[in-house]
Amino acid sequence: MWKFAIPLVLLVVIGVFFYRGLKLDPSDVPSALLDRPIPEFSLPSLADPDRSIGSRDLKGKVTLLNVWATWCIECRHEHGYLLQLARMGVPIYGFNLKDDRASALDWLASLGNPYVATAVDADGTAALDWGITAAPETFLIGRDGKVLFKHISPMTAAVWQRDFLPVLERECTDADCPFLAAAGGK
Amino acid sequence: MIPELGQFALILAFCLALVQAVLPVAGAAVGKPEWMALARPAAAGQFVFVVIAFGVLEYAFLNDDFSVLFVAQHSNSALPIFYKFTAAWGGHEGSMLFWITMLAIWTVAVVAGSRSQPQEFASRVLGVLGIVSAGIIAFALFTSNPFTRLVPTPFDGADLNPLLQDPGMIIHPPTLYVGYVGMAVPFAFAVAALLTGKLDKNWAKWTRPWTVMAWVWLTAGITLGSWWSYYELGWGGWWAWDPVENSSFMPWLMATALLHSLAVTERRGIFKSWTVLLALSGFALSLLGTFLTRSPVLVSVHAFAADPARGMFILGLLGLYAGGALLLYALRASKLEAEGGFKEISRESFLLANNILLVIAAFAVLLGTLYPVFVDALAGKKVSVGAPVFDLFFLLPMLPLAVLIGMGMHSTWKMTAFGALARRLAWPAAISLVAGIAIPLALYEQASVLTIVSSVIGSWVCVTALLDPVSRFVRRHAAPLTRAQLGMCLAHLGVGVFILGVTFVSAYTVEKDVALRAGDRVEIGGYEVHLRDVRPVTGPNYTAEAGVFELSRHGKPITVVESQQRHYTVQQTDMTEAAIDTRVGRDVFIALSKDLGAGAWAVRLQVKPGIRFLWVGALLMALGGILAVTDRRYRQPVRAASAAPAATKPAAAA
Amino acid sequence: MIRSSLLLAMLLIAGFAAADDDPALDDPALNQRYWALIREIRCPLCKNESIAESGAPIAADLRREVKRRLVGGASDEEIKEFLVERYGDFILYRTRFTPETWALWLGPFVFLAVGGFAFWRVLRVRRGQTLDDEPLDEGPPP
Repeated sequence: MWKFAIPLVLLVVIGVFFYRGLKLDPSDVPSALLDRPIPEFSLPSLADPDRSIGSRDLKGKVTLLNVWATWCIECRHEHGYLLQLARMGVPIYGFNLKDDRASALDWLASLGNPYVATAVDADGTAALDWGITAAPETFLIGRDGKVLFKHISPMTAAVWQRDFLPVLERECTDADCPFLAAAGGK
Repeated sequence: MIPELGQFALILAFCLALVQAVLPVAGAAVGKPEWMALARPAAAGQFVFVVIAFGVLEYAFLNDDFSVLFVAQHSNSALPIFYKFTAAWGGHEGSMLFWITMLAIWTVAVVAGSRSQPQEFASRVLGVLGIVSAGIIAFALFTSNPFTRLVPTPFDGADLNPLLQDPGMIIHPPTLYVGYVGMAVPFAFAVAALLTGKLDKNWAKWTRPWTVMAWVWLTAGITLGSWWSYYELGWGGWWAWDPVENSSFMPWLMATALLHSLAVTERRGIFKSWTVLLALSGFALSLLGTFLTRSPVLVSVHAFAADPARGMFILGLLGLYAGGALLLYALRASKLEAEGGFKEISRESFLLANNILLVIAAFAVLLGTLYPVFVDALAGKKVSVGAPVFDLFFLLPMLPLAVLIGMGMHSTWKMTAFGALARRLAWPAAISLVAGIAIPLALYEQASVLTIVSSVIGSWVCVTALLDPVSRFVRRHAAPLTRAQLGMCLAHLGVGVFILGVTFVSAYTVEKDVALRAGDRVEIGGYEVHLRDVRPVTGPNYTAEAGVFELSRHGKPITVVESQQRHYTVQQTDMTEAAIDTRVGRDVFIALSKDLGAGAWAVRLQVKPGIRFLWVGALLMALGGILAVTDRRYRQPVRAASAAPAATKPAAAA
Repeated sequence: MIRSSLLLAMLLIAGFAAADDDPALDDPALNQRYWALIREIRCPLCKNESIAESGAPIAADLRREVKRRLVGGASDEEIKEFLVERYGDFILYRTRFTPETWALWLGPFVFLAVGGFAFWRVLRVRRGQTLDDEPLDEGPPP
């Protein structure tokens, strides 16, 4: 009788979802800001606290915004690669999260400074507007000031190749991303 | 050398499990008694080698053999010896070996109890258990070997997760595992019945005590887990609807439905295919829980290190066991249909409602637990399903069920006269209505509608559960209640007490996060808390700051308690040890959580009325199960089917 | 290995978050709303913990923000909207009713309806069957 087969059918359906689920990462939550304009913000610059860095600085060109702090170990791991990207001509803005100014300046002086400029969010309030959970995180921001992609955890060459380049190749014109060829894109 | 012996023993156990899996089932199919006779010795041999393997792992832990990867990852020379012993099941690989050991113990218990069963049937049961065991041992050997060596051998181990360094951890996981794994026994009985194509009242009589025992362990395990997370996680929660919690709760709901359905099958010989389906689902959900806990499909606080390869293996086992059994069910279940009538109001109809509502609850929990996976797979979006959703989903079927419990207990088989039932329950209804409204209002002066409703229902379940034992005691009735009847009353009383506990703790908990300095006082829920002092403490493998709190009420001191903020040095982990003052009616929960600098500490304070009732209620359920399983009729060998004459007197019910 | 290094990183971060826990809310009604809210907000960094339970710095930041907005007079709905804008639907434990989640919300009601129908059908069939073809076993009921 067909009704005795219902449990088997249910099990198969659940099994198919599990099979799919094994290939998905439940903790990889995409940014809620994806394809939406970046939040309005204005924060003091790390180099010169009297100057402010805000949303207007990030508009009109394709940029990266990298969240970092000196207390974050993984940030140290990605720092070398950020320097490499900067050398290829990728404009990277820094977002210094809940850090101490003196140690942050020290860090950049000793490890090198990949950032065009670094905004300082001392108490983490602006970070909430960006949907930032911790450091390191890296946003890819389009010419129109929209978030194109967000990566949580350290930047590596592999991540750049796999996640960032395809987005750039899709979104960029030559004028937007003069660095694209140098950074491995077509 | 010794760890290799453990691995060798596990391989031998695997071979014996294969023998136990194949030959007895084949022998029963083609009628070869000498093949069937292999079931018992193979099970016994498997048991011996599994125990040797587990013993070897314990030996490695107790001797700090950090050349074994699993030991190096989960122990440390400074770990107290007690926790070295329990660390053996404190990680994925070891806990799988523990799973296997528990299954081996259940299997030899089934062997011991199988004497009165026909050889063909017993062989099939043991064969199915062998199939289950072989798969899990293969899983351990191929993906999660606890005896893998680590080269080079580290100087010391990485230490046990501090959360697991707690006495509650010694008993909670093993208890839960025994219950989880125990669901394999009714599963095996059900598959054997499907293979045989015959299922009679004796089958129900054999299956029922095993189900009750597995259910008792599950109940106790879940309760201990709830209690442990309450005092160990440092935030005073007792149930969070976390996927891992849910995956132990769903088999429990199924097991609860199963033991009620077995009652109907045992007494009336009906609901056979339904009973079999519940037995299959109970174990399928246990396996599903194992899958969820050990694969990266869902995010949980309690999950083991997630590994897709392991997930795939368990998914394969789940498909093989649950899929195979349900396929067999689809082909054979129609043969189990049996005639047997009952009226709209009868014990059968109440038990049917019980089953439907429990299964709905299990499905609702399953839906909520898996829904994030569905959405992610279909729409690529991430959503969370949390406690507020589960609370509603669970209350929906459970509140009506709690109302029905009281009537079901006092109804009779086949048909119950409505008037008689109403007369019998009029007084209990009146008493619980008055008590349920009066108690919360008298104690707290205000109550929401839901609080009143659930406190009335909780009282109703308590009063109706006590009705029979109390009235027999008062009137000195001729026939005393049997253990099975007393067990039922006790378990249902536990349900009522549990409902009351949940009602009060949800409605009347008071909580506060405060910043305190030594000498500060703060008021919460009618109590004064005075932080006397914060002083440094050194433990064997941690350092801590201990806050000494004086608790008083209306100026009268009650007690002095200590809460610690610990720092485990090897794992570099911070842990909160809460201070809890327990009285019958309420807990005061104090947790020293963070150093705010300048001598101030963040302190979490909670007054939780009724929280003990919830665990006491759950333990009463388990005790009721133990009492019922020791009933005379399960201690006697099963009589020939024709012996018992019809005795339609509704014993406790009348 | 990845997990342990992530855990380590989280713990080290945790050490820096301590200083921003504010004192309790004085208004009992506001305090109650605060607790109800923070239990329904998922910590975006943690493994399935609400921001009420989590020790992660982001949880402390979010608690502080919730508190600030509550004191500022925001409604619960406004606070949730603020969080969803930034962290997505993932952050709410009380799943919202959306095109993706209607099946979740309706599920239990469908189960109840199916269960009710099954109950009615079984009763109808069993009512017609004979009561006495199988004798009751001797002994007590369950």
